[in-house]
Amino acid sequence: MNADKIFKQFSSVMAFSAIGIMILIVFVLVTQSAPVWQEFGLDFAFGSDWNPVEGRESYGVRPYIYGTLITSFLALLLAVPISIGIAIFLSELAPPIIREPLSFIVELLAAVPSVIYGLWGLFIFRFYIRDYIEEPVINSLGDTIPIFSGIPFGLDLFTAGIILAVMIIPTISSVAREVIYAVPATQKEAAYALGATRWEMMRTSVFNYAKSGLFGACVLGLGRAVGETMAVTMVIGNTIGAQALPESLFQPGQSMASIIANEFNEADPGSLHPSALIGVGLILFFFALIIQLFSLYLRERSLKVGEVLD
Amino acid sequence: MTEQNELERLTQRNAAKRKLINNLFIFFCGFCTLIAIIPLGSILFEVVKNGYPAISWEFLTARPGAIGSAEGGIGPAIQGTLIIIALTTLLGVPFGVVSGIYLAEFGDSKFAKTVRIVNDMLTEFPSIVIGIFAYYIVTIVLIGSFSAFGGAFALAIIMLPVVARTTEESLRLVPNGLRESAAALGIRKWRYTWSVVISAARRGMVNGIMLSVARITGETAPLIMTILGSQWFFSSFFGPIDALPLRIWRLSLLPYEYARIQGWGAALVLITIVLTLNIIVKYVTRSKVRT
Repeated sequence: MNADKIFKQFSSVMAFSAIGIMILIVFVLVTQSAPVWQEFGLDFAFGSDWNPVEGRESYGVRPYIYGTLITSFLALLLAVPISIGIAIFLSELAPPIIREPLSFIVELLAAVPSVIYGLWGLFIFRFYIRDYIEEPVINSLGDTIPIFSGIPFGLDLFTAGIILAVMIIPTISSVAREVIYAVPATQKEAAYALGATRWEMMRTSVFNYAKSGLFGACVLGLGRAVGETMAVTMVIGNTIGAQALPESLFQPGQSMASIIANEFNEADPGSLHPSALIGVGLILFFFALIIQLFSLYLRERSLKVGEVLD
Repeated sequence: MTEQNELERLTQRNAAKRKLINNLFIFFCGFCTLIAIIPLGSILFEVVKNGYPAISWEFLTARPGAIGSAEGGIGPAIQGTLIIIALTTLLGVPFGVVSGIYLAEFGDSKFAKTVRIVNDMLTEFPSIVIGIFAYYIVTIVLIGSFSAFGGAFALAIIMLPVVARTTEESLRLVPNGLRESAAALGIRKWRYTWSVVISAARRGMVNGIMLSVARITGETAPLIMTILGSQWFFSSFFGPIDALPLRIWRLSLLPYEYARIQGWGAALVLITIVLTLNIIVKYVTRSKVRT
């Protein structure tokens, strides 16, 4: 019996490593960013100056928080209807022969490394966005609607948002598919038996039943978008400080992840710069944590509702 | 009589409308799937079209030339990526597999539930934050320099939860009858878990490990602050080292035409490795389902 006890103890210690890492991450982020919080207090989170020059040091994260939120929500706005469309198509509508290959192809979208999305965005996609979306939109709406004003450039918040949308589509659609699968067949059959068309069946049985699960899938996608680094860094335009405060979608910006990627290696260890970047990491961590817990809560709730109704 | 005709007409009109909405809905869903496939097609097309001209034996094996000259290649980056993958696997797989075994075999406790939640969270975590963590722990405290270990440490943290989850799932697929018959023979739990349960679930576990390798191979952000990148071939585990995704990023920042071509070439090599791993895993899991 002794060997079995050791086996259990040993494996539980290894399983604890994930929890230990999580605790250590929080500890490192808090202690290593402490100098910048001590120096600037809450101005660090809400200010918009960013100047690493010695003697004039000043750090504020607000523009980057906006950059992250704007690109992520733009991505969500585009990706949610498309992903749910895909999930429905692949689980209910597509002919069985093409179902398997199609879902593999959508999964492959998630396998493409983020740096390759960035390369494609920087050298290819950017010009399509600039010529076919930004130029016409700016020319027709730019004068009346401020968020559509600016100079067509192609490396800006808008392009970053669209690339993020492509990157989170596989995440949202695969979770949404699972949620739709989990809807009991009797629910669907009941709707069909009443003479519902496919759309009516979806609306009455599936959407109502799977609402919170689908919402959870979207929040999970949001979490992905918030933490995504390389692709965003390569197309967002990389302005700093007050210049990065967004006034228009067609304006170069900066996200929390991209400022860390851009400046981490250049930061002078003797200054507050590394501490400020780690502070950005702490705020990013905080956002990711809240989004993930929310998504988890929604998906758990959706499963529980399912059990009760079963 | 006329009233009934009127009613029939109305119902038919209503039916036509419902049918139209339904068809629009089906069209919309198909259209969404198409829209999502276009970027993948475009990426693959552009990577092959622009990357292929760069590929040569020299490009794959030589070290980078001086910045600004079109000579040299990505040899150190390929070598570095292979070294980092190997180190990461050595570091991440044991933790991941044993965590997965714990979750599958003793996984009903509150503690196990917490581990599962934390693993899920770690899987979706911003990798750049994990990079900062690895930077502090390895680059500053443990080694004091950019190193292959730092990169492997960060990537192992990303790998661990993926391996733990796939291991747990494969072990749960092993029928309980196998465990019970082994126990009935008087074999101890650790012994039969090792030689009966794991060997039955081996295929799924290996697949999970390969998927996690595919995932970390393309990971770039945590490498920025841990391995730094290098122009030279590998010389020490305790000094800077290069990696493919990092090299692609650095090349994309250079304002030269040759850098762009080399960047696409490196992207072609990287995407070939990653997609091959994914396709192998897909093929193997499918043939398992069939038999």
